[in-house]
Amino acid sequence: MKIFVPIDAAARAVGSDEVAVELGAALKRRGVDATIVRNGTRGMIWLEPLVEVEKDGVRYGFGPVDEADVDALAGLIAEGKVDGHALSLGPVEELPWMKGQQRLTFARVGVIDPVSVADYEAHGGLAGLRRAIEIGPEAIVNEVMESGLRGRGGAGFPTAIKWKTVAGAPGPQKYIVCNADEGDSGSFADRMLMEGDPLCLIEGMAIAGVATGATQGYCYIRSEYPDAIRAMNDAIADARRYGMLGQSVLGSDYAYDMEVRVGAGAYVCGEETSLLNSLEGKRGIVRAKPPIPALEGFMGRPTVVNNVLSLGAVPWIIENGGAAYGALGIGRSKGTIPIQIAGNVKYGGLFEAAFGMSLGHIVNEIGGGTATGRPVKAVQVGGPLGAYIPVENFDVAFGYEELATKEGLLGHAGISVFDDTADMLKLSRFAMEFCAVESCGKCTPCRIGSIRGVETIDRIAQGEEEMIPVLTDLCNTMKWGSLCALGGFAPFPVMSALTHFPDDFRGRSAPRKEAAE
Amino acid sequence: MMSAVNDAEFNERLQAIIASHADQEGPLLPILHSVQAEWGYVPEEAQPILASALGMTRAEVYGVVSFYHDFRDHPAAPHVLRLCRAEACQSMGADELADQVREALGIDWHETTADGKITLEPVFCLGLCASCPSAQLDQRLVGRASLEKVRRWAEGVRA
Repeated sequence: MKIFVPIDAAARAVGSDEVAVELGAALKRRGVDATIVRNGTRGMIWLEPLVEVEKDGVRYGFGPVDEADVDALAGLIAEGKVDGHALSLGPVEELPWMKGQQRLTFARVGVIDPVSVADYEAHGGLAGLRRAIEIGPEAIVNEVMESGLRGRGGAGFPTAIKWKTVAGAPGPQKYIVCNADEGDSGSFADRMLMEGDPLCLIEGMAIAGVATGATQGYCYIRSEYPDAIRAMNDAIADARRYGMLGQSVLGSDYAYDMEVRVGAGAYVCGEETSLLNSLEGKRGIVRAKPPIPALEGFMGRPTVVNNVLSLGAVPWIIENGGAAYGALGIGRSKGTIPIQIAGNVKYGGLFEAAFGMSLGHIVNEIGGGTATGRPVKAVQVGGPLGAYIPVENFDVAFGYEELATKEGLLGHAGISVFDDTADMLKLSRFAMEFCAVESCGKCTPCRIGSIRGVETIDRIAQGEEEMIPVLTDLCNTMKWGSLCALGGFAPFPVMSALTHFPDDFRGRSAPRKEAAE
Repeated sequence: MMSAVNDAEFNERLQAIIASHADQEGPLLPILHSVQAEWGYVPEEAQPILASALGMTRAEVYGVVSFYHDFRDHPAAPHVLRLCRAEACQSMGADELADQVREALGIDWHETTADGKITLEPVFCLGLCASCPSAQLDQRLVGRASLEKVRRWAEGVRA
């Protein structure tokens, strides 16, 4: 009998390790012969720890399971039952959260044993890489082009164009760099993929290597993700043993290998040129473009820099064809997007679906509204640099250009929900302070502007309403004058808060508590 | 800062770390992580040695060490409590939790408790945004964090 207890950090953070140990012991006491598989999370974080029991090929869920529930659960399992417990959820695949999704990138996450190439292959893994080797570089790039895949880190740049540029660039050594510096609050899809199906990312990177002639890859993971670092390192070791990485990828003439690099707690390193500097062992300072990384990237050589989710989408695209992927979505936002619903929300987690659902549907129907039960005031889409979107704009469709029409940005597709107790001035101050703390210091609008932003908001908080136009002007300078998205986008949360919630900025008198360090 | 360790031994351990990263491209960050794993911080005495080993100036190495939040210039307490301060956690009362914890421990951010046992640090996102607020108690991640959970842990490590 197979029992699944997630090893994802979000499950471990609410006690899944203890549940796994206790459950194993309780089953042993009852003489039940069971294998406990530590899978990734299904993405229904409110149900974690979610225990699944496999019976006749169907997985039945129980959750959230507390240590105190384990003994009763073990008794039930020993009787051969998969239902009839207060925490019974029935077949997991039949739950509305699972049924409503179109899981392409996350198809195996929560399903398989994350670091077993054998399990990966048994669930459809490696089909993309095999086809990639068969069709060759030019056809791979064409498939990705046809898929319409755009940068999932937030910039939305067509992935195939980067690949084509690197493929055509001369140079004895080219690189694939995966940006896994997922620092946006409200985002955890990269972490979930790396912990739940790391081989999918490795496969995507290997395909990028075959497509561009890059033989070395780096996956730059933020240090705040120790579990993802461990999972990726284990999976790379397994992939090497299997011949998925190395001098001859799956027995072909293509060589590709890779290693994990760990960040050191700098948000700005999520910006691709800053990431490259960090990878080279330098300060994570933003580089001016041009030259673009595709021509002069890591060590000045041609480099593909793609987000985890962009690379993670690639195996499916190559296996099933770019046209099949590109048939999904809306406008110029093609394919699926792993939406992360977070913050003050009743049903938080990861929901992968084609682009195009309305924001309101995502927050209220899928997410079930707030966890506190109070009305939603606003949601921040796209991390600390994303706009606060008020309920009035919830009809906006989830897509790159669509969100831009509401002065919002998709970012990494994380949504943080706030109830009506949220103080938008305080959140604006936080945005500026975060920018000040994390600024790399290279350009003045970001380095100095963010500090002036904090000071200006503090004055508004003390009732100096006449400083509001100053703040607006400052935001404008930062937006257009900054070198990268950190200083350039920090005004989005501030201006959106100011525009949609002016009452939070007017008539203030008492100094407010500091929002951030 | 003077090192508490014997110079020859310090140098030997550092050289071993440098050698273990010899085949990496751009090895400074991996080396600094290893140095911090070895001593709990990046000793100032290590910087000129790293500079000469990597063909960098001392100023360049210092620039890198000081740029990243992770690298410490002095050891932390034996136990580190990190509380997430980012937006998703704020939506679930992270600021209030932080106030309560600071009061309970009698320290502010980056400070260490009077008994020298616990250092409190802010962190900007642990990727547990659907089970907020989140915290990290040494290596252990905690979702749906509460004063009660933090207090129980603190009592445990201080006992």
